[in-house]
Amino acid sequence: MKEMQKTDSKSHYYGEFGGQFIPETLMTALNEVSEAYDKYKDDPDFLNELHTLLSDYANRPSLLYYAENMTKDLGGAKIYFKREDLNHTGAHKINNVIGQALIAKRMGKTRLIAETGAGQHGVATATIAALFGMECEIYMGKMDTDRQKLNVYRMELLGAKVHPVTSGSMVLKDAVNATLQEWTRRVYDTFYVMGSAVGPYPFPQMVHDFQSVISKESKQQILDEEGRLPDAVVACVGGGSNAIGSFAQYIDDENVELIGCEAAGKGVDTDQTAATIERGSTGIFHGMKSMFLQNDDGQIDKVYSISAGLDYPGVGPEHAHLAITKRAKYVGITDDEAVDAFEYIAKTEGIIAAIESCHAVAYVQKLAPTMSKDQIIICTLSGRGDKDVASIAKYRGRDIDE
Amino acid sequence: MNKLEEVFKNKKAFIPFVVADDPDFDTTVQNILTLANNGADIIELGIPFSDPVADGPVIQVADLRAFDAGVNTNVVFDIVAKVRESTDVPLIFLTYTNIVFKYGYEEFCKRCRDLNISGLVIPDLPLEEQGDLREFAKQYDISLIQLIAPTSGDRIEKIAKEAEGFIYMVSSMGVTGQREDFSKKLSNTIEEIRKYTDVPVAIGFGIHSAEQAQALSKIADGIIIGSAIVELIAEGKDLAEYSNEIKAAI
Repeated sequence: MKEMQKTDSKSHYYGEFGGQFIPETLMTALNEVSEAYDKYKDDPDFLNELHTLLSDYANRPSLLYYAENMTKDLGGAKIYFKREDLNHTGAHKINNVIGQALIAKRMGKTRLIAETGAGQHGVATATIAALFGMECEIYMGKMDTDRQKLNVYRMELLGAKVHPVTSGSMVLKDAVNATLQEWTRRVYDTFYVMGSAVGPYPFPQMVHDFQSVISKESKQQILDEEGRLPDAVVACVGGGSNAIGSFAQYIDDENVELIGCEAAGKGVDTDQTAATIERGSTGIFHGMKSMFLQNDDGQIDKVYSISAGLDYPGVGPEHAHLAITKRAKYVGITDDEAVDAFEYIAKTEGIIAAIESCHAVAYVQKLAPTMSKDQIIICTLSGRGDKDVASIAKYRGRDIDE
Repeated sequence: MNKLEEVFKNKKAFIPFVVADDPDFDTTVQNILTLANNGADIIELGIPFSDPVADGPVIQVADLRAFDAGVNTNVVFDIVAKVRESTDVPLIFLTYTNIVFKYGYEEFCKRCRDLNISGLVIPDLPLEEQGDLREFAKQYDISLIQLIAPTSGDRIEKIAKEAEGFIYMVSSMGVTGQREDFSKKLSNTIEEIRKYTDVPVAIGFGIHSAEQAQALSKIADGIIIGSAIVELIAEGKDLAEYSNEIKAAI
């Protein structure tokens, strides 16, 4: 894809991170995905179909919205939100799913499987499976099926089968394990639609490429609006799909600061956190060499965040690379700060944003006042927050019916 | 000749698997000695991992029992040291890349050599990613056991040519566990492997009965049994009878 960035498709690494650490049982399937991706990513028919679906089905381009109230209230930099929450299915996840599902279709696969944390990727996958008439099975940690019941039912409405995963800590990490196992069991007709910028190559690259539509649009939009690039781009990071998409087109623009907001849970210095880059170390897991929360023996930690979508002990290899080369900075935002931001953006801008995205909003609240009025921040709202309303109410001690 | 390859000379090898520290230190030592004294030719010792994506539910639960017992990598080395007081049965480790990576590739290989561990099976470390570890495995004379799957297809040649010790032939798709049916392609795959290497081929994943072991031993050089043995351990049963039965069948 001319519009897609990877410099060398043979390279499976981002600096020292990346690779394909996956059982031999999956290597052929993975290579087939790589070959198919290489074959179609520049194919005019593929690109045409991708762009048509993005605009006519997913509602792209998404708005770049000037948050005037917040800007005035915080009294510093101008704040723009990239509104991925306005996409069909309510999050950025659809961008990548359309791309991967189109590859799957061209490979002759008839069944899509996926992991999901908050359920947004599961919903997006179930949606496209419905549209393409494909079978769909979603793996979701039992903890997450409990705290995101609305999304579970949405997936079922769309015709997907949702498997609650009861192994391990029953969150996103365990859902990835279960999906990998299911792919091993049935590779012939099945395509694993990886939702985050993690896993073995080519998944981090595909997710990077398909999500980079976010920054492609935002760059053009901010140039049209302001005639210049932003000073900072802020996005939340779990595995890092919306963040890599938000950063992609600015990586070479050295003057644009890139900031990823991780879920610090109860605090970066507690053991109830998911702040991988601040607290983690280099390891090899889920198909990739990257940064992980783990103990000295290499056992992967149980992680915690109020946000099911950020509750992951690793981070995509490209983020690990951006962190170690100091091209991007990663900060931890606690549950409390994210919940405060959830309420703040609702009351200030009339936007109910996903609790994941509110980790980025919370950092913007800290950052904007330290900047001058002629500076610009673009913050990605990766998803909408309807799914979180019940659990935020509970966090505040209110019990409401979903 | 490689010391693992020597095991297969003039016989079919029986390779049972146990999880280290399942359910505790002393039982693991005892189980290894029982297997060594009752027909096991090579014993595969699993170092538990928090997220064993290549293992089925039986071994996942065994890993949890081992974690409850307080297992870590050094405890596993201690188990081996204890075993080595009584037997020089060939031992190999099965574990995941991150365990070896975090210990340090060189330090891990060095400790393996000191404890006379002959090989490593690492399911999430495919051929293409073995480079960093291979350097130290060679230096300390540890065989990296290659896995070949029914889906390996045109990868078989390059994997077979790199193989040493033995080749771990994955009997059927999916994760470890008991299965009734084995792919008919299996003997074809093994024939293909033999075109490229003389390294012995052992079949694993899903073998539980003596009948299966017997049938598969006709087309392979060795039989690996994991989940069935781990289940006996979970039930607190003695392994001697089962081990002798399998050895007699192959």
